[in-house]
Amino acid sequence: MSNRLSGNEAVAYALKQINPDVMGAFPITPSTEIPEYFAQYVADGEVNTEYVTVESEHSSMSVCIAAQAAGARAVCATSSAGLALMYELLYVAASCRLPIILACVNRALTGPININNDHSDSMGARDSGWIQIYAENNQEAYDNFLMAMPIGETPSVRLPVMTCMDGFITSHAVENIELLETDVVRRFIGEYNPEHYLLKKENPLAVGPYDVSSYYMEHKVLEAEAMKAAKARILEVAAEFEKISGRRYGLFEEYRMEDAELALVLIGSTAGTAKAAVDKLREEGVKAGLVKIRVFRPFPGEELARALAGTKAVAVMDKSEGFSANGGPLFAETRSALYDLKNRPYMINIVYGLGGRDVNTEDIEKVFGRLANIAATGEIGPVYTHMGQRSKEENA
Amino acid sequence: MIHAKDINERTPWQDLTPGGEIYEPGTARLFNTGTWRTNTPVFHEAACKHCMLCVPFCPDIAIPVQDGKRLDFDYMHCKGCGICENVCPFQAITMVSGGAPNE
Amino acid sequence: MSTVYNLKREVEKPVRFTGGHRLCAGCGAGIVVSGVLRALKREERAVVVNATSCLEVSTFMYPYTAYMDSYIHSAFENSAATCSGVEAAYNALKRRGKVDGTVKFITFGGDGGTYDIGLQSLSGAMDRGHDMVYVCYDNEAYMNTGIQRSSSTPHFARTTTTPVGTVGQGKKQNKKDLTEILVAHHIPYAAQTAPLGSFKDLHTKSYKAIYTKGPCFLNVLSPCPRGWDYPTEKLAEIARLAVDTCVWPLYEVEEGMWRLTYIPKKKLPVEDFLRPQGRFRHMFQPGNEWMIEEAQAYVDQKWERLLERTGV
Repeated sequence: MSNRLSGNEAVAYALKQINPDVMGAFPITPSTEIPEYFAQYVADGEVNTEYVTVESEHSSMSVCIAAQAAGARAVCATSSAGLALMYELLYVAASCRLPIILACVNRALTGPININNDHSDSMGARDSGWIQIYAENNQEAYDNFLMAMPIGETPSVRLPVMTCMDGFITSHAVENIELLETDVVRRFIGEYNPEHYLLKKENPLAVGPYDVSSYYMEHKVLEAEAMKAAKARILEVAAEFEKISGRRYGLFEEYRMEDAELALVLIGSTAGTAKAAVDKLREEGVKAGLVKIRVFRPFPGEELARALAGTKAVAVMDKSEGFSANGGPLFAETRSALYDLKNRPYMINIVYGLGGRDVNTEDIEKVFGRLANIAATGEIGPVYTHMGQRSKEENA
Repeated sequence: MIHAKDINERTPWQDLTPGGEIYEPGTARLFNTGTWRTNTPVFHEAACKHCMLCVPFCPDIAIPVQDGKRLDFDYMHCKGCGICENVCPFQAITMVSGGAPNE
Repeated sequence: MSTVYNLKREVEKPVRFTGGHRLCAGCGAGIVVSGVLRALKREERAVVVNATSCLEVSTFMYPYTAYMDSYIHSAFENSAATCSGVEAAYNALKRRGKVDGTVKFITFGGDGGTYDIGLQSLSGAMDRGHDMVYVCYDNEAYMNTGIQRSSSTPHFARTTTTPVGTVGQGKKQNKKDLTEILVAHHIPYAAQTAPLGSFKDLHTKSYKAIYTKGPCFLNVLSPCPRGWDYPTEKLAEIARLAVDTCVWPLYEVEEGMWRLTYIPKKKLPVEDFLRPQGRFRHMFQPGNEWMIEEAQAYVDQKWERLLERTGV
């Protein structure tokens, strides 16, 4: 079923097809449209979800935690400061092992306030125990959202899932999209039948204990094992999804990586721009390639190391500034993942696109130019730089 | 199903409940808080009129009631706060020093 | 209620809150929680929600739950939102035929979790009209972290963040009137109560709160021997003095109608309530008489207003 939808509309439509039990709804740019579209579905009787219009994102996540523990499928959407307000509860959701689904429409974190896209919001939540899946475009935003429940609800996983898309660039841009039929979606998602839940009649359930040090560590190991188990499950669900959609997903997408010598690693909508740059450079005979990270949590470290093993120079592009003074979060993960390779490529980190700063194919070409130079000379230069800011010095 | 009685500080992580959930009611009853007592209430059945005024005032739910009668203290859970002695209109409860009821 | 309150019958019900919890000896919270839950009908199913608090860390310390019903704790500031989430799930699953029968939803938070950090969450839940009861067990300070002042702490009370010294004289502000804030939400039922005598007041109000449809609120004075600095066995006496001095008036507001549920035969001076508690000890130092006078004037003014409101 072909259509033309914005990213927000696509996720709202996926939500309508899923018809979740409970939704926590609170506005924040640029995710506001998701609860808005969904409210209309509720008003028109197209879904019979319990639509809870909370007074904050904090309560939105609190409602989701409680509803999921009670035996319901709970969902919400947010961005930026909204996700930041949820932080404490993101950890609670994951540690209580509740497979809530959150649509994160990525936007810069305040300080100063800015409504445009970067990944500082969800990157800040990267260690909260949530599975994080990022979309390049509307189609992926829709597909990722549909795959989230079958991943998170798997008994060996039982973790919440954050599906992320770039604010405005993806959330508000209308693109062609292939939608699945609702009955196909419902069959794919299946029924949610947790073994224990608060409203179960046969036995009570107690959730959220005070965990003394004799138990806390063990519970964290259980949670960590669940995140490890999620990797295989994500691939299984992707394979099942391919059967109903014809669209193939992995932990990341490799674009013209077969014989690539120079490669970029990045997340989200910039992949579209980067692919155009790679195509152009390939025509010019440059062995350029791209790895677009789809699944950031669990991080596909071993797989990524294999994918990059044959390259000479790699630029990891972070759309968030981690203020570590040592590079962004994607860089830290990627460089660490490649440590065990016998022959490691040179690697640099470029922080770009903060607060909606544009990036175009020429910018990407410049990055490949830098990589080509590094590969040729072995001179890496500064490892961690920013791109796109006005400066008295030349930068790329 | 994993039961609270089988969970202790030697249980390996594989045998704990995910998220620290518990699937049974009132497992706290397995835990002995009677050892906390420094004073102990003694019940004088003969003086008791079974008015029940002590029962709702017990923070430790350590005064069992059955067939209209209050029974002797549940010393496994009584922490010896002494509220019951104070609310008893009939001197049917007296506090004695020490953790054991018979000292 | 269809039948008159009968303590003997009530205490014969199977308990919903068990011993073996780790609350301090003589803690008011355990008394309040078992008192409120006792008002549930025998076969009623309930889900208990808890804010982070003394109560929470003491009553669900892994793997020991003191609740016979399902229970959820999530965080300090969100117990009302948590309860609304459980209630929302119930509505959704009931509509879809996945749960049957009725379930009651009861939240317990301390004054820190209710008057202060959880107030927004509580206001939101009350505004949305969830069918739930929020019970504040009010012990007038952050006791779980070691007796720090909250907006519920009374004027002049000594806490670890309002210590008494050469300049400091305990808390500078009056106690926030949370019950009135809740009444201003125009919820169907709000009441103040305390553990007293035969528990008729606490029981009757708990029953009304549980069995009135919509969001209901109970503010229950919960003496804390540790934080208030009085001997553990004196709880009933302290609670009685709170209501007989009108420091803690017993009243309820049902569909906007204010009603006093207890008028002391002889209104005792505030100092009778203050004197047995170490947290007010400095008020009895020579030269500090003005503190007791101020405390008395404040209680008198509030009491007069309450009498007017309730048409007494």
